[in-house]
Amino acid sequence: MSLDKATVAKIAHLARIKVPDSDLEQLAGELSTIMTWVEMLGEVDTQGIEPMTSVVAANLRRRPDAVTDGGYPEKVVANATDATENFFSVPKVVE
Amino acid sequence: MAKTMAYRIAGETGEWEVVIGLEVHAQVVSNAKLFSGAATAFGAAPNSQVSFVDAGFPGMLPVINEVCVEQAVRTGLGLKAQINLRSVFDRKNYFYADLPSGYQISQFQQPIVGHGTIVLDLADGSTREVGITRLHLEMDAGKSLHDQNPTKTYIDLNRSGVALMEIVSEPDMRTPEEAAAYLRKLRTILRYLGTCDGNMEEGSMRCDINVSVRKPGAEYGTRTETKNVNSIRYVQQAIEYEAQRQVALIEDGGVVVQETRLWDPNKGETRSMRSKEDAHDYRYFPDPDLLPLDLDAAWVEEIKRSLPELPDEKKARFMADYKLPVYDAGVLVAERSRADFYEEVARGRDPKMAANFVIGDLLGALNKTGADIDSSPISAAALGGLIDLIADNTISGRIAKEVFADMLETGKPAAQIVEEKGLRQVTDTGAIDQAIAAVMAANADKVAEFRSGKDKLFGFFVGQVMKATQGKANPALVNEILAAKLKG
Amino acid sequence: MTKLTHLTMADALAGLAAKEFTAVELTQAHLDAMAATKELNAYIIETPDAALKQAADADARYAKGGQRALDGLPLGIKDLFCTEGVQTTAASHILDGFVPPYESTVTTQLFRDGAVMLGKLNLDEFAMGSANITSHYGPVISPWSPKDAAGNFTRKLVPGGSSGGSAAAVAARLALGATGTDTGGSIRQPASFVGIVGIKPTYGRCSRWGIVAFASSLDQAGPMTRTVKDAALMLRSMAGYDPKDSTSIDVPVPDYAAALTGDIRGLRVGIPKEYRVDGMPAEIERLWQQGIEWLKAAGATPVEISLPHTKYALPAYYIVAPAEASSNLARYDGVRFGLRVEGKDLKEMYENTRAEGFGAEVKRRIMIGTYVLSAGYYDAYYLKAQKVRARIAEDFTKAYEQCDVILTPTAPSAAFGIGEKMDDPIAMYLNDVFTVPANLAGLPGLSVPAGLSGEGLPLGLQVLGRPFDEATVLKVGHVIEQAAGPQPLPPLVS
Repeated sequence: MSLDKATVAKIAHLARIKVPDSDLEQLAGELSTIMTWVEMLGEVDTQGIEPMTSVVAANLRRRPDAVTDGGYPEKVVANATDATENFFSVPKVVE
Repeated sequence: MAKTMAYRIAGETGEWEVVIGLEVHAQVVSNAKLFSGAATAFGAAPNSQVSFVDAGFPGMLPVINEVCVEQAVRTGLGLKAQINLRSVFDRKNYFYADLPSGYQISQFQQPIVGHGTIVLDLADGSTREVGITRLHLEMDAGKSLHDQNPTKTYIDLNRSGVALMEIVSEPDMRTPEEAAAYLRKLRTILRYLGTCDGNMEEGSMRCDINVSVRKPGAEYGTRTETKNVNSIRYVQQAIEYEAQRQVALIEDGGVVVQETRLWDPNKGETRSMRSKEDAHDYRYFPDPDLLPLDLDAAWVEEIKRSLPELPDEKKARFMADYKLPVYDAGVLVAERSRADFYEEVARGRDPKMAANFVIGDLLGALNKTGADIDSSPISAAALGGLIDLIADNTISGRIAKEVFADMLETGKPAAQIVEEKGLRQVTDTGAIDQAIAAVMAANADKVAEFRSGKDKLFGFFVGQVMKATQGKANPALVNEILAAKLKG
Repeated sequence: MTKLTHLTMADALAGLAAKEFTAVELTQAHLDAMAATKELNAYIIETPDAALKQAADADARYAKGGQRALDGLPLGIKDLFCTEGVQTTAASHILDGFVPPYESTVTTQLFRDGAVMLGKLNLDEFAMGSANITSHYGPVISPWSPKDAAGNFTRKLVPGGSSGGSAAAVAARLALGATGTDTGGSIRQPASFVGIVGIKPTYGRCSRWGIVAFASSLDQAGPMTRTVKDAALMLRSMAGYDPKDSTSIDVPVPDYAAALTGDIRGLRVGIPKEYRVDGMPAEIERLWQQGIEWLKAAGATPVEISLPHTKYALPAYYIVAPAEASSNLARYDGVRFGLRVEGKDLKEMYENTRAEGFGAEVKRRIMIGTYVLSAGYYDAYYLKAQKVRARIAEDFTKAYEQCDVILTPTAPSAAFGIGEKMDDPIAMYLNDVFTVPANLAGLPGLSVPAGLSGEGLPLGLQVLGRPFDEATVLKVGHVIEQAAGPQPLPPLVS
C-alpha cells in the first residue's frame, strides 16, 4: 500500500501533528514501506476467525458504585502550563 | 392508532415531509462515575470531582461501575428492548479540549441494549410507536466555558467520565410535536425506572436531533445532526428551523451537507459546528484497557422482575380498574409520584372524583406555583379526607371547592376547616322544609307560574333555597323536598 | 570480598541480614558507581537523597529484625513507571516537567517490600524502539562497548530497547536490578544484548496501573536482573492482582524462587521449526542447539513443534501496537501536563505541541496507527491484524498440547552499534522477530544469558511458557543459567 502526500497530510491532521509540507514526501515514503511490508498479512487465511479483542480470557470485573476518588482539584491542575482558579485553559474555542 | 394531521413544510415546489430521529444522552443515576470513583453531583467547584482517570493522566486505567451497567440494563428492559449479554467498549478518537484522553470510551458495534420501542401519547389521546435503535453506555466529556475570559476557553472536567446512556431512536418521527412527545415519554420512563433524573436544565438529559426532509413518499434526504438542545421547546423550534432551512436550501438549488450543527437558543437558529470537522473519522476500536462485558442471563432476569409498573401498563390499568378516561389516565401516569399520589387518594373512594380533584384542582393549583406533587401542601391522605366528607354528605361538592382552597392555604385537614367554618351540610329535613317554605312564600307568583307548567323555574327555587342556607343544604334533599312541595 | 555493586540481589539480602554491610552503604556504592559512569546515559534522573532515606529506613528495619522481602535493595526504575513526586518522562520531550501525583502499582509494591529507588532509567521514547536510540535524553550506551587505550569508545554499542537504560544499568552494576516493560520484546531483547536476565510475565500478571501506556493489550512490566533467582525474587514483589487494572488477573503469585529446583526431568521443550529464519547467523543457531543439549542433559525432552503463523507476528504487531499507541498518546496535548507549544488556536496548539514534543519514531507509529484505524482501512488492517493475532495465539495453544515450554533464541543477532540499522525502520523492527509472538499471545517469556557471539558480545536464549506458568519458565531458565556457567563482566565494568 503506497501512501501519497495528501493522505499523509490527512493522517497528520487527524493525529494533530504538524508536518511541514517539505517533510510530507519523505514521510509518505517511510510509511509506504511499512504499509507495503504489512500487506503480507493478506496471505493468512482468517476466514471465520474472531478478531482477538482481549488477551485475557476473563469477565470484565465491576467495581461498587462508591465515591472513592476526586476532591483534589489543585493536584489535577498542578502539572498544567496554564491553569486559572483550578480550571484548565486553552486558546479560545469557537464551536 | 389514530392518524395525526400530517405536518408539512410548504415549499415553492410543493409540500415536504420532515423526518426526525433523536439521540438522547441520559445521565445515569449513580454515585460515582462510569470508570472512576469520582463523584457525579451537579454544580461542584471546578475540577473537584475529578480523578486522574477522568483527567486522562498517563498510566491511568478505567474500571467499570457495576451500578451503571445495571442501570443501562434496567433502562433497556423498560424500553422493552433486547439486552445483549455480550457488549464491547470501544474508543471513539477525536481531539477536543474537554476530552482529556483524546478518546471517549463508548460502545460502537456491540452496544449493551438493542432494538426496543416507545409508545408516544399524543395530544389528541392517540398513541404512536417509535422504534429504539439501540442504547449504549459511554462516558461524558468535560465542560468548556467560553465566556470566562476574552481569549481563553476554560475547562472543567467534573463531568468527564460521568456515565451516559445514549438512546438512539429510529427516524420514525414526522412532526416537532411527536419529537416532543417522544422526549416526554422517554423522560417519564427513565424517571419511573430511576435510571436518569431527566433534568434537561442541568444537562442530565441532552438531545441531538437528526433532521432531513423529503417529498412525501420519496427516499430519505441527507440529514443534519443538531447538538446542544437542552429543552423540549428548543427541540421543537430547532426541528422547525432546520426543516425550513433544508427546504429553502434544496429549493434554492443547494444540497444538504451531512454535518453537525449547533442550536443557538438566543438567535433561534442552527449553525454549522466548526469543532466537529473530524466527525466522520472517529477511528473506533475496542478499548484494550477493558474486556468485553458479559452479562449473566439470570442477573438480567432478576432486574426484570424488579422493574416497577411502567407508564403504559399503569395507564391501561387505570383505565380498566378505575374506569378513567384516556386523558385522565395519561395525565396521572405522566409521573410516577403523581400516579402513586392518585392511587392513594382513590383507594376506597370514587376513582373519578379522586381523578377530578387530583387533576383539576390539585395539579392546576400546583402548576400556578411551579411546585411538583412531591412538595404538595395537601397530602394524598388529606385530599382523601376531603373526598370522604363529600361521600358521607358532610359537605356538598360546591363547599368542597371552598374547603380545598382553604386546605391549600392553611394546610389544615378538611374536617377541621368544615367544623371551624361551620360548613357542615344541612341534612335536617326540618330546616330544609323551613327554608323552602320561606322561599315559596316570598315567591308566590313564581310558584303559581311553576304550577301552571313553567317547569324551568325549578332551578330558580333550588338556587334560592341553597342561597338561603348559604349553600350548606344537601342538594339532593333540597331537590326531593322542593319537588314534593311545589307539586302542592 | 565482592564489590557491593556486584552482588546478586539474593546475596545482598543475605549480607544485609548478616549485618555485613548496611543498606545505606549498599546504596551509596551504587550512587558512586552511577556518578562514575554518566557516559552510559543509563539514568535520566537520579534520586540519591530519596534513595539514601529509603536505605536508612531499611537499615532501621534490619536493626529490629523485621526486614521485608527486598529490604534495602537498590533498584533502577524504568522512566515509564509513574513515581509520585519524581519527574516521569517516558524519555519524551512531550512530558517535560511532568511530576506524577501518584505511584504506579508495581513500584508501590516494590517499595512496600523495602526496595530502594536509585533513579529513573532511560528508555526509547514511549518504549518505542529496539536500540534505545529514540530517547529525548539521548541514546544509552551499552557497557559492552569497546574502548581504546586512551579510554575513548571505538564503537558505541546499543543496549537494546526499549528498556535500554534498565539493561545497561543492571549489566554495568549501577543497580542490583531494574524494572522494565515489554510490549514487543523490550525486556528480553535488551537483556539478551547486555547479558542479563529479563522476564516478561503473562499479560495480566503485573498491574499496568501507573505505567505510561504504549500499547495496552501488549504492555507488561517485568524484572531485569543479573540472575534468574533475582528475577524470581523481584517478580514475586512486582506481580499480583490489582483491582485498578481491569486486565489484571486475580490468581495467586507463587514463590518463584522456590521453583528453581533444577529438576526439569520429563519436561517437554518445544523447538519451533519456524524460528529457523532465513539469514539467522550461524552462531545464533549454534547457541540455540547448545541450549537444547543443556536441557536434554538435565533430563528434558526436546519436541519439534510448529508455530505456523510466526512470520506474520511482526507485521501484525506493527499494526496493533501503533493503533493502540495512536490512541494512548492522544492525551499528550499540552493542556493538562507536559510540554505546551502555543498556537493561534486550539488546533494549532495541539499540532505544534505534538510536532515538537514527539520524536520521529513516535510520530511515525502514531501516523501508522491513525492510518490503520481510519475510515476505510480498519477492516483491511486493524481487524485483519487482530484476526492474525488470534491465529498466532491459537498456534501456541496447540503447541502447548505437545510441550510444556518453548525454547528459542531471544534475538536474531548480538548488539549492534549506534548508527547502524538506523535508516531502515523494518530492519530495526526485525530485532523483535522472536519476542513479539509472546506479546501478541500474552504469554510469559524469559531471556537468559547463554554465551557470547564471535565478537564476544552476549547472546540470550528465550524460554516461553504457558499462561501464568512463570514458575516453569524461570525453572528452565535457571537450568540454562547453571549450564552456561559464569558469564564474563562487560568490559566497562571492573
